[in-house]
Amino acid sequence: MEYFIQQLINGISVGSIYALIALGYTMVYGIIKLINFAHGDVFMVGSFIGLFSARYLASAGLPPILVLLISLVISMTISALLGMSIERLAYKPLRKASRIAVLITAIGVSFFLEYSGVFVLGPQAKGFPEILNKQQYNLFGSSIQVDSNQIMILGTTVILMIILQYIVHRTKIGKAMRAVSFDMEAARLMGINVDRTISATFAIGSALAAAAGVIFGMTYNSVDPMMGVLPGLKAFVAAVLGGIGSIPGALVGGLLLGTVETGVSSLGYSSWRDGVAFAVLILILIFKPSGLFGKNVREKV
Amino acid sequence: MKKINKSFWIGIVFSIVLYIVIKVLLTTGIFDDVMESTLILICINVMLAVSLNLINGITGQFSIGHAGFMSIGAYVSSILTLNFDMPFVLALVISGLVAAFFGVLIGIPTLRLNGDYLAIATLGFGEIIRIVLLNTEYVGGASGLSGIPNQTTWTIMFLFTLVTIVVINNFISSTHGRACIAIRENEIAAEAMGINTTLYKVIAFSLGALFAGIAGGVSAHKFYVINPGSFNFLKSFEILVMVVLGGLGSTSGAIVGAIVLTVLFTVLQEYPELRMIIYSAILILMMIFRPKGLLGSTGFSFLKFSKKEVKPSDSINSGSTS
Repeated sequence: MEYFIQQLINGISVGSIYALIALGYTMVYGIIKLINFAHGDVFMVGSFIGLFSARYLASAGLPPILVLLISLVISMTISALLGMSIERLAYKPLRKASRIAVLITAIGVSFFLEYSGVFVLGPQAKGFPEILNKQQYNLFGSSIQVDSNQIMILGTTVILMIILQYIVHRTKIGKAMRAVSFDMEAARLMGINVDRTISATFAIGSALAAAAGVIFGMTYNSVDPMMGVLPGLKAFVAAVLGGIGSIPGALVGGLLLGTVETGVSSLGYSSWRDGVAFAVLILILIFKPSGLFGKNVREKV
Repeated sequence: MKKINKSFWIGIVFSIVLYIVIKVLLTTGIFDDVMESTLILICINVMLAVSLNLINGITGQFSIGHAGFMSIGAYVSSILTLNFDMPFVLALVISGLVAAFFGVLIGIPTLRLNGDYLAIATLGFGEIIRIVLLNTEYVGGASGLSGIPNQTTWTIMFLFTLVTIVVINNFISSTHGRACIAIRENEIAAEAMGINTTLYKVIAFSLGALFAGIAGGVSAHKFYVINPGSFNFLKSFEILVMVVLGGLGSTSGAIVGAIVLTVLFTVLQEYPELRMIIYSAILILMMIFRPKGLLGSTGFSFLKFSKKEVKPSDSINSGSTS
């Protein structure tokens, strides 16, 4: 039982990262029906920006908590701008093109970011500075261990989720997003600036991915230009699992996937972990394509 | 019909002439080993691109797991020649059939999906195949198989490439190919017209997988070493770029795309990062400014398409330039 709870805690902390990335997928997919393959690489860029700004701020002698907050904000801002420019340059000209063309472009953008990263930063992994010192806490006697990083991860995820829920359900831009995702043409007729809404969606999604990137760097202490590929794909799996287009779905999907993965690893099959994630994807796609929280939408003839 | 036959035979004659010319150049030593390797690499990529084009371009089933089929072919054929001393050509055929079987296996469950979802599911299948190979000790795990006999000659390579192009091209211009095109244009309408969409999607998948498997086997017997890492998402992506560059839905386009990118690949071999940046930039710019590819100017329209496929001897001719 204790072992089980321990694995659950580990799984949740991995899953939070997936959930944050999955949000970006789910929002973009919900609004323009595009699998933004480049999202995983925005996560990578965010992680690197976090790394550089944390290094700089730490050398300036700021207290650790401020270093974390400021580098998180810098990374989220720059990544939001990156996400918006990707949308503007690569996806917007294709608004009317076939979905396959857009999908291919997304794959292209993804590889462009990855290999530009390799070209500029070199293929080697870089160490991520330890911003906050890790502290172990023991719960229930000493049987279950939680470290401060895991608490921080879950805390950041929950806070960002709440902010996102607020934006989507309480603000004007959120209302516009929901309208555009429901029916783009009707929204346009109602006087909603569709382009600006899509830009905002990309900005928010990319900012969340960047936050996930910084957290990822702090958890695993190493970042490299190809690090976005697998978490990106798995976050997509998480988004599909939860029901693409649904924000709570992304959270649940991410946490579930993280837990399943940790479970598989803890049983001693860690080299099968990625395979299990894709198997989950295929099973979900076959048996419940709309995901756990998704709505079933019939294709119009 | 006569027109098709004429252009078909012109194409065959042209390619045989081309084969003899290159064979002579190779035996007299005017083309060196590097040149021969490049030629064989071009042929492998032509096989891959043409077979992927059948799935992606003709049937409209967006698959990005082609490297998975390739890896099955590569492993099966290598094991057959290494551990069972089977003749090379027989091993190739068997490996193609095994890959085709997997094509059916993957085709059937994923048929309920389309568009983006199918893409991501095939990507998942490709990765699962890779991970299974990675964890199977019999095939060498992460280090893969090595010491595979180098049995791929220009003659064998040419033969299989020609067979690939002829079979797939004839399939496309047959009744069955028309059915596949109908599915691409509008699946629901095709079904309403009495086309068994499931059957044709599976056929397209397994036929594509068959030739991808053979291409995998041929490449394993050219480059001595195979490991799961060489058949990852990146490889699938490279094949996809070839098809898209040439023009989705056009066999001649796939061939031209394969040739252009293989040559580019060879030229840029010393700068792998730059190569991928150029690859992806080409892809993005292509999609924005010329989404139909280099040769795909005839577009997706059924009528125009059929005109193009009926007329051209160029589709076979450009194949033989490989």
